[in-house]
Amino acid sequence: MMASSYSAKEEDGHHPGASGAGGAAANGRKPDNTAFKQQRLPAWQPILTAGTVLPAFFAIGLIFIPIGIGLYVTSNNIKEFEIDYTGTDTSSPCFSCYQNFSWNSTLPCKCSLPFSLDQPFESNVFMYYGLSNFYQNHRRYVKSRDDSHLNGNLYSLTHPSKECEPYAHRDNVPVAPCGAIANSMFNDTMELFFVHPNETRSQIPLKRKGIAWWTDKHVKFRNPGGNGDNLTAAFQGTTYPVNWHKPVYELDADPENNGFINEDFIVWMRTAALPTFRKLYRIIEKKSSMTPTLPSGNYTLEVTYNYPVHSFDGRKRMILSTISWMGGKNPFLGIAYITVGSVCFFLGVVLLLIHHKYGNRSSSPDIAS
Amino acid sequence: MDFSALRNLISRYCAGEENWVDSRTVYIGHKEPPPGAEAYIPQRFPDNRIVSSKYTFWNFVPKNLFEQFRRIANFYFLIIFLVQLIIDTPTSPITSGLPLFFVITVTAIKQGYEDWLRHKADNSINQCPVHIIQHGKVVRKQSRKLRVGDVVRVKEDETFPCDLILLSSSRDDGTCFVTTASLDGESSHKTYYAVQDTKAFNTEEEVDTLHATIECEQPQPDLYKFVGRINIYLDRDEPIARPLGSENLLLRGATLKNTECIYAVAIYTGMETKMALNYQSKSQKRSAVEKSMNAYLIVYLCILISKALINTVLKYVWQADPNRDEPWYNEKTETERQRHILIRAFTDFLAFMVLFNYIIPVSMYVTVEMQKFLGSYFITWDDEMFDEELGEGALVNTSDLNEELGQVEYVFTDKTGTLTENNMEFIECCVDGHVYVPHAICNGQIMPGAASMDMIDSSPGPGGREHEELFFRALCLCHTVQVKEEETVDGIKRGIHQGKATSVYISSSPDEVALVEGMKRLGFTYLRLKDSHMEIQNRDDEIERFELLEVLNFDSVRRRMSVIVKSSTGEYYLFCKGADSAVFPRVISGKVEQVRARVEHNAVEGLRTLCVAYKKLSPAEYEEVCHQLSSAKLALQDREKKLAEAYDSIERDFILLGATAVEDRLQDKAADTIESLHKAGMKVWVLTGDKMETAAATCYASKLFRRNTQILELTTKRTEEQNLHDVLFDLSRTVLRQHGSMTRETLSGLSNEYHDYGLIIDGATLSAVLKPSQEGSGGNYKEIFLEICRNCSAVLCCRMAPLQKAQIVKLIKASKEHPITLAIGDGANDVSMILEAHVGIGIMGKEGRQAARNSDYAIPKFKHLKKMLLVHGHYYYIRISELVQYFFYKNVCFIFPQFLYQFFCGFSQQPLYDTAYLTLYNISFTSLPILLYSLMEQHINMDILKRDPSLYRDIAKNSLLRWPIFIYWTFLGVFDAVVFFFGAFFLFDNTTFTSNGQMFGNWTFGTLVFTVLVFTVTLKLALDTHYWTWINHFVIWGSLLFYIIFSLLWGGIIWPFLNYQRMYYVFMQMLSSGPAWLSIILLVVVSLLPDVVKKVLCRALWPTTTERIQDSDNLYQSHLSEFTSLSTLHAPHRQQKRPDRQNPAPRRTNWCCICANLLLRNTP
Repeated sequence: MMASSYSAKEEDGHHPGASGAGGAAANGRKPDNTAFKQQRLPAWQPILTAGTVLPAFFAIGLIFIPIGIGLYVTSNNIKEFEIDYTGTDTSSPCFSCYQNFSWNSTLPCKCSLPFSLDQPFESNVFMYYGLSNFYQNHRRYVKSRDDSHLNGNLYSLTHPSKECEPYAHRDNVPVAPCGAIANSMFNDTMELFFVHPNETRSQIPLKRKGIAWWTDKHVKFRNPGGNGDNLTAAFQGTTYPVNWHKPVYELDADPENNGFINEDFIVWMRTAALPTFRKLYRIIEKKSSMTPTLPSGNYTLEVTYNYPVHSFDGRKRMILSTISWMGGKNPFLGIAYITVGSVCFFLGVVLLLIHHKYGNRSSSPDIAS
Repeated sequence: MDFSALRNLISRYCAGEENWVDSRTVYIGHKEPPPGAEAYIPQRFPDNRIVSSKYTFWNFVPKNLFEQFRRIANFYFLIIFLVQLIIDTPTSPITSGLPLFFVITVTAIKQGYEDWLRHKADNSINQCPVHIIQHGKVVRKQSRKLRVGDVVRVKEDETFPCDLILLSSSRDDGTCFVTTASLDGESSHKTYYAVQDTKAFNTEEEVDTLHATIECEQPQPDLYKFVGRINIYLDRDEPIARPLGSENLLLRGATLKNTECIYAVAIYTGMETKMALNYQSKSQKRSAVEKSMNAYLIVYLCILISKALINTVLKYVWQADPNRDEPWYNEKTETERQRHILIRAFTDFLAFMVLFNYIIPVSMYVTVEMQKFLGSYFITWDDEMFDEELGEGALVNTSDLNEELGQVEYVFTDKTGTLTENNMEFIECCVDGHVYVPHAICNGQIMPGAASMDMIDSSPGPGGREHEELFFRALCLCHTVQVKEEETVDGIKRGIHQGKATSVYISSSPDEVALVEGMKRLGFTYLRLKDSHMEIQNRDDEIERFELLEVLNFDSVRRRMSVIVKSSTGEYYLFCKGADSAVFPRVISGKVEQVRARVEHNAVEGLRTLCVAYKKLSPAEYEEVCHQLSSAKLALQDREKKLAEAYDSIERDFILLGATAVEDRLQDKAADTIESLHKAGMKVWVLTGDKMETAAATCYASKLFRRNTQILELTTKRTEEQNLHDVLFDLSRTVLRQHGSMTRETLSGLSNEYHDYGLIIDGATLSAVLKPSQEGSGGNYKEIFLEICRNCSAVLCCRMAPLQKAQIVKLIKASKEHPITLAIGDGANDVSMILEAHVGIGIMGKEGRQAARNSDYAIPKFKHLKKMLLVHGHYYYIRISELVQYFFYKNVCFIFPQFLYQFFCGFSQQPLYDTAYLTLYNISFTSLPILLYSLMEQHINMDILKRDPSLYRDIAKNSLLRWPIFIYWTFLGVFDAVVFFFGAFFLFDNTTFTSNGQMFGNWTFGTLVFTVLVFTVTLKLALDTHYWTWINHFVIWGSLLFYIIFSLLWGGIIWPFLNYQRMYYVFMQMLSSGPAWLSIILLVVVSLLPDVVKKVLCRALWPTTTERIQDSDNLYQSHLSEFTSLSTLHAPHRQQKRPDRQNPAPRRTNWCCICANLLLRNTP
């Protein structure tokens, strides 16, 4: 893209006299005549001038604008639905749960939120829960975990790292899984019902596997003592975190999704970058090519409200989204590409004018010296 | 006698300390004086060891560490490291400890090595053998074991090991000849005198019987001043006291010449010798770039502290709500809770400091050190600075100053041996207007007037032949040359017949030698002075004898010398030779006009001219002259004045014979070099110990002064006539008036006559100017003097003592513009100025290696200075300034996103990047490209730099490290950082990046930012690189590749022994996502865009000289490669790609063509 000029120099041509008389005065200190030592290596000497960057600008413009348009269109085709179920509003069905939360209550508080989808969701639908104002990226929080503990190391299981403090021991019994992240695991459960026009409800099957990174599930997280059946025994001598209601080996009935390799747990353990974040909760798989995964109509979201966000003014959301090759809905990327492409194109035009006006002057050879 | 001894004693004990300080008593041969004569009080003197090294084996570690941590940057990193060790910080102490340890070690090794070299050099001096007389025998000792009071024997051509008082010499008259070339640059032989009463002691045994003490002043640096007294005890008599002066004192560093051997006693040794006192302590020199670097460092330190402060304050504001400070999901430990709020705040502040500390890059110092160290090899390797004769190339003693070579504004050069070869050559003479040129390849044959060119008047007058011979005789007689016979008389004769000099002429003035040798080639050979008869062999091989009656010695006021001789026929002649201005007014007849024309012609050529005149004296006149001279010589008062008067009355009414021209051969290409330096905007000053006339002639020859240069003189001669004050004001008025009229002329467009000024000042006047006067007007003088100097394009300082040279340099250094100075010299007399100047360059001359050893750089010849400054200096400056700016830039890019991230993570000091990235960013991901750039970059071809010295002005005054440019780079860094962070932020915000719906965490976010960062920063450097060798390609693309491979590896496995696995598969997951790729490309483009646009616009609209030349050179080269077959010679490997292009479109018709053209050319 740049003006180039190869000035490969013969290695010997530039040392007048050296080759002739050099032999006579052969001396230990006589420097070698390599092109490198004489700083005369052949080199490409590009110079950024208006003329040379012009094509680059036009090229960027011409490439970026179509990409941007493509991205924008793709993003617009993605369907996304979001519902806030925090219950801050008095009219919200979850208001009482929001208000009357207590750590000690044994009875789960349930609430159900009706909503409707205007358009059908055609392909696989991904169900996320979203939290706001939750600082998963706080330093104290981020480091409050023990990766070798989570990797099934038996010693670490009973001797959690001090990074986990103050969530490492409960009444002098080691906590498994230890640390603030594990302790604060999101434990609302959500169920989705389709409300048929005849008011009957049918539960939509939610897939709970495939929501965590494959490598996390299969390599990074391991249950202690291998993934044997007897998890209860494996976790002997530990207790569950203070904010949990049940031990880690009771997270799921499926042994492939229990203990440390429970995918909900793994998803939660990947700390989010920003205080407003979403995490994958369930996948709604497309069953047949004929019917949409989620047809338009009325739905009900049944929430078991366990997770308190009132104290730190948090928000909880449930998101349904389809996914394209470029991920979820993200108009920013498309817009950015279009903008940058246009700017480049515009700059190309400006530079062309400048080049036309000044180029001859600034690069004519007779100005030299 | 007893009385005097008593008085001595009393005065010594009563006066106490002061006397001790003022004088010292030296016991010759360590023998006690006879009892009762004087109390024997042994004094302690240092031994004769010269120490130029800084460390010893024992104190190296503590002293070096102390010196290193005195550097503000190192101290800062040490503090950061300690903070990390003590408190809980976001990053591990290794991240800053490792680089710091590396820096300290590398620097210590480098300094240790340099000091080891100095030790070696010292040892070789300190261990060289000296011969000492002990108990009547000669004992060989190492030089360092020499003690005050030892009697030393020195043989011919040996160098004096310390300051000595000459006791006796092998010459009968008790004199010896010495050359002080390596001390003050005068290569002429000087005569020193032995003490009258000891000159008879000619053997070891005799010397050993000497019983004497010397009382003398404590050492002081003035080379020409010495006051002392020797007390000689003979047979228990009252001691004979004789005064000692500088004519008895042989200085360390001087060399014995033309004398077989001498005996002398050591009085000042080791670091107390006058030579050592003239040294200055070798202080660490700092380059201007380093100063800017430190200034930038302070700015960044302020930025750092303010960032940390802002974040700490905001943290506590934000945390005021306890649910934010300690939400239920993220509680503190009990110990954290109990800590006092102030301690917590302070710890937080420190933690923020640690988090952001990378903004001050420790690796910059390593890279700068490495760049300087490795870069200096290119100077050593340079073939063009290799001297075949010496068999040596340039030497780098201090690599700290490479870039300073590109910033020089004042060049102070020594004359003798630096500008000139110190090798006079007789060029021509002119008798009555006829010019005689001795043929260079004369082979002993006489080249008479007929065969030589005759420029002015071809008709020889009637007395022409007679005058001609008289002229030659005059030159053969009127001198103070001594003949050193190397062989027998026989040999001399044979030698002369063969036309080869087997006898050597020695004189205090090299001109005289050249003249006498020139005469020899013209047929008149001066043989010797025997029994006060001078013998001349004339053209017919006859020996003529003249009786030498009187010598009226040369002095710089009269500027002429005369001899009175009596020929064998009994006629008295007075021959005089001298400067034209000193001779012409005293001439009454002769062809003055023709000679004057020739003299002026020669002077313009830069030759040293002398006029020769004579007069015949009658015996009566001679008697009169004799009487005048002897009465003047015997006068006790105002002897000098009376002598001058006598000379004045004798030297008049001359008949002009002719003139001579002698060339002080300039060093090869000296004039060209000086011209280039002038063109490059440097002011060249010549500082010499030599006399004014000689120096001025050299300045003309070397084009320092041009024909139209108006010379301003500020010399003793002038200040004697007028007082200094008036002279100074006169000169400044002249200069300023000229300056004023100049501007007016340029305004009116009539400035075709350009005057420039040259100033000549001598040592005495200089010290008067610099002397702080009691009235407080001394500072004033200094200012005026500086003002004059500023307006002179060239300055010549003559009659300088070594320390005065340093003073001048210091004066200019301290003037208000603080210009960068460079001193270049070859002798020990230049050492002080070499040490004082910002850059000191030594020439590996004939006068020993003192200068080369104490310099920062040593080159074989003066001409090499051109390449040193214009090419190497320029390159190093360009390279290092980019290095410095780039380093700050890339660390702003690196750290500013972390700062922004704090706003989104509750000011919790959460690092954005993984520890490995934090540590390796500066060490490996981005370090090599800039290092290689700073070693290889050539923005313009070497040959163009040499051809066009004015390019040097483009980088003058530290122009690439000025504040605006620094601020531009910083803002560019901040802009890029904002693009990285908010780009990633908006792309990442609340959305899914993958096609399987899974989410990324904070480490992916950081890795995305970091990837964009590494690519942007590396590509930014790629855009700045003008010289892409395969090494640059390898390193730039290689380090990007390394980053990717490292990240894959780092995230690829579960690392045992690491207590966190947060990066596991993060990088791969990111690469598997399409939007991540797209955002990386987008963000890199956006970050690079403004800089490219700025560069292109500036180049198109406001091009600098450099850029214009780049463009035209580029155009020229591309023309070459497009239209001529020359390109096939230049780039054979490109040739194969070209045949598919039959009709190259003409350039710059429209952009499509350019586009097509470029694409064609660049497609592989």
